[in-house]
Amino acid sequence: MALLQLRDLNKHFGGLHVTNSVNLVLEQGEIHCLIGPNGAGKSTLFRLILGEHQPGSGQICFAGEDITALKSFARIRRGLSVKFQVPGVFKGLSVRQNLEIALQSRLHGGELVQEIDRLLAFLGLAAEQAQTAGNLSHGQKQWLEIGMAIALKPRLLLLDEPTAGMSPEETHMTGEMVRRLNALGMTVLAIEHDMAFVRQVAQRVTVLHLGQVFAQGSIDEIVADERVAAIYLGQTHA
Amino acid sequence: MSVIVSLLRRLEGPQTLGRGRGFWSLFALVLGGAVAYPLFSDGYTVGNTVYFFVWVFIALSLSLIWGYGGSLSFGQTAFFGIAGYGYGILTINFGAGYGFTWVALLLAIAFAALFALLLGYFMFFGRIAGVFLGIVTLAVTLMLERFMAQTAGPEWHIGAARLNGFNGMSAMPPLMIPWFDEPIVLFADIGLYYVVLGMLVVVYLGLRVLMNSSFGNVIVAIRENPERAEMLGYDIRKYQLITFVIGAALAGLSGVLYTVWGQYITPSSMGMTAAALPLIWVAVGGRSDLTTTVIGTLVVLSGFQALTIYGSQYALVFMGVLLVATVLVAPNGLVLGIINWITRLARRRKQEAA
Ligand SMILES: Nc1ncnc2c1ncn2[C@@H]1O[C@H](COP(=O)(O)OP(=O)(O)O)[C@@H](O)[C@H]1O
Ligand SMILES: [Mg+2]
Repeated sequence: MALLQLRDLNKHFGGLHVTNSVNLVLEQGEIHCLIGPNGAGKSTLFRLILGEHQPGSGQICFAGEDITALKSFARIRRGLSVKFQVPGVFKGLSVRQNLEIALQSRLHGGELVQEIDRLLAFLGLAAEQAQTAGNLSHGQKQWLEIGMAIALKPRLLLLDEPTAGMSPEETHMTGEMVRRLNALGMTVLAIEHDMAFVRQVAQRVTVLHLGQVFAQGSIDEIVADERVAAIYLGQTHA
Repeated sequence: MSVIVSLLRRLEGPQTLGRGRGFWSLFALVLGGAVAYPLFSDGYTVGNTVYFFVWVFIALSLSLIWGYGGSLSFGQTAFFGIAGYGYGILTINFGAGYGFTWVALLLAIAFAALFALLLGYFMFFGRIAGVFLGIVTLAVTLMLERFMAQTAGPEWHIGAARLNGFNGMSAMPPLMIPWFDEPIVLFADIGLYYVVLGMLVVVYLGLRVLMNSSFGNVIVAIRENPERAEMLGYDIRKYQLITFVIGAALAGLSGVLYTVWGQYITPSSMGMTAAALPLIWVAVGGRSDLTTTVIGTLVVLSGFQALTIYGSQYALVFMGVLLVATVLVAPNGLVLGIINWITRLARRRKQEAA
């Protein structure tokens, strides 16, 4: 069953056609990776899905419902959740409080305390729980924001470059984390540059280029596609 | 029963300084001192002290909206004025009998809150934020001042209440508690002192509970990162609006108490200076905490009062210097800075001893 459907989505920034007739179907339960050169429009696509930008035309359906006109918070309440490219934790608050704010609309009292502790352990941030989130390392901030995103128990988790700034070991750990969440029933759409990570988690890959869906398939099909290699090469030469 | 227990637990939490036996003993000591104070003073001095207390509510409203919520509002003085004039208009028209002064107090606060609800709705749901929120609220405040200042003519009246333009409205009755034969009139001395002190304690403790609740969590989350807060499923505009309305009600309470204290209110209570001063008290104290806001307001206000004796021009210049110094030395507030410094020192002592 399709969980998310983007139908003929378009978005312009001035004269720039950032999202160009994008059609994308995300199946319930899959891990799907979105790749493409910088400026391809990946983050913009996320912001359209989340309602931070309104599309010029097209339709966004989530779990069978047209959510194109819904406000962001309402989409989140329908079961979407996101970790942004630039970590957006609550810098002045403690790590623990960050998670509490993410969890408090779902849980209360003792259950809330227990779930925060469980999540801290899952993220490997138990020792840092009293620290101010702004003092965490970049990788720890990424994990904290992932933690806040999954605290909502979303049906679809959107991850925008979750491993940016992480060491290869940390990247691998993040990949394992994503797979565990997926095994628990979470559908995942991840923007990622790290091909090792994509190989580790992705069941399907979509390549975005100049705002258009350029190619789609398994990771092996994508890696073997010479046209895909060319757009990445083109970018490094430009 | 369990509701009360869970409320009491929220008197302490991550959003408010002060916890444990030490803090609450000190709180009880200070409160005890404040209760005993009129016994060792005269009515006139006590009445002047009430004047300081009156301003704490508007300071707390700024702490709530600006310090906790992250939206700088110049509108508090507008709500102050609306409630102040509202009380005057109501009591001059309907008198003070049968405890009506208290109804007027509540209605006047409700006017201010309703006005904030309308204004806030257009601002927050129109996505006006940051500097623009400051500009819009300042414009509203100054517009109200201008408007009230030109109501000198006899045609400007609401019922029996003349608005009186620049000279303002006066001779409204003070608060009165209905009593058997004769009501107890709360003139600006000991009676009013205890009533306002009681309100101060209730509001301070109530705000502590509110800020340490899940509502308070969302408010500080919006200050830290509104986008993230929305992406956790919170309708942030609704939370901002509610905070704004609560803040307006508190500023309105200040306005009513100011009016009953001096039995007058003028348009200049909504002017530029009136709008700027509370910002200075709160910034100097430490806007992001209720306790440092209260301390900062009382300290700066009494210092200001002492200076005015030598000449109010200098007092205002001094306020400006104080604000600049705060921004440079302790941007989160001087009182808050000092408290944090002492806490760190004590912790280091403890570590060295261990
Ligand atoms: N809010 C915006 N206003 C104008 N242009 C934007 C905005 N956001 C992104 N862009 C432009 O749209 C293009 C795609 O950006 P983005 O979606 O962030 O790409 P990606 O995430 O694939 O690197 C870029 O050229 C970027 O400069
Ligand atoms: Mg991007």
